[in-house]
Amino acid sequence: MSDVLSAPHVMEFPYTRSTGPVVGAFLTGLRDQKVLAYHSSDGTVVCPPPEYDAHTVAPVEAAKLIEVASEGVVTSWSWNPAPRDGNPFDRPFAWALVKLDGADTSMLHALDAERGAIETGMRVRIRWAAERVGFINDIACFEPAGG
Amino acid sequence: MSEPVTGITTPIRMEYRYTPGRTTSDFLKAMKGGRMEGRRCPSCRKVYFPARGGCSMCGREFAETVPIKETGTLATFAVVNVNFANRVIDLPYVTAEVVFDGADTTTMVLLRGVSPEEVRMGMRVKAHWIPKEEWDYSLANIDYVEPIDEPDAEYDSYKDLV
Repeated sequence: MSDVLSAPHVMEFPYTRSTGPVVGAFLTGLRDQKVLAYHSSDGTVVCPPPEYDAHTVAPVEAAKLIEVASEGVVTSWSWNPAPRDGNPFDRPFAWALVKLDGADTSMLHALDAERGAIETGMRVRIRWAAERVGFINDIACFEPAGG
Repeated sequence: MSEPVTGITTPIRMEYRYTPGRTTSDFLKAMKGGRMEGRRCPSCRKVYFPARGGCSMCGREFAETVPIKETGTLATFAVVNVNFANRVIDLPYVTAEVVFDGADTTTMVLLRGVSPEEVRMGMRVKAHWIPKEEWDYSLANIDYVEPIDEPDAEYDSYKDLV
């Protein structure tokens, strides 16, 4: 049998996506260091905001989004010991679900903290990116808020 | 920066190792050495160039390697008037399906040396290789084909490949 060749191969798609009015408003808020949420018809505050109300299925109006805090509590987390290309950090970090003060649901983002210091229920706050462009990475990560 | 956000870019990137398999590996090694090699089906006797591992019509595995010539017949072609990403050639250009002599299949290759108005099915052409020191494991060692001074091939000789 002959030697079989192999070679590195890279495939890349530079997608541009339309955000729609609600996600667009959310990302615009992040650029201004504001976190927007949706006050749902059942009374819960959903963050990030959905495009449709989960109960009435009515379209969410971007103008009616409300602001929640940039601090919150970790509701769940998972340690990432081996970051990959495209991850927020090139060193081990945690993925965390964070319920921001004023919201009833949690959002997923990176948490920059020592592994031993992380626990469900800990207080964290947003570390904003120095340059914000209207993207989820305008939140650089969450970090321990102390107290 | 006060305009509302309406779009985002989300590039997707995949990095992996590609292996072409046994037959195509042999084919690409021959190309690196400046040789065009096809494979013959033991059942229907058709010669595939570029070489394949088996016959798509008979399902038989190929064993016999067949040398292919640099000359061939233009079976069909398209005039390209719009460039696409990563391929910038002066427009318009002609991309041709060529049956190289010794083969029974066509190969898509760039045609040069003739204006799009003068291209016709049945034209006789010859492969033009990139400089030898640049030869790689690639069909792209054949840079393009160009017309040669021979009478056009009879339509019957390539009609099954159009």
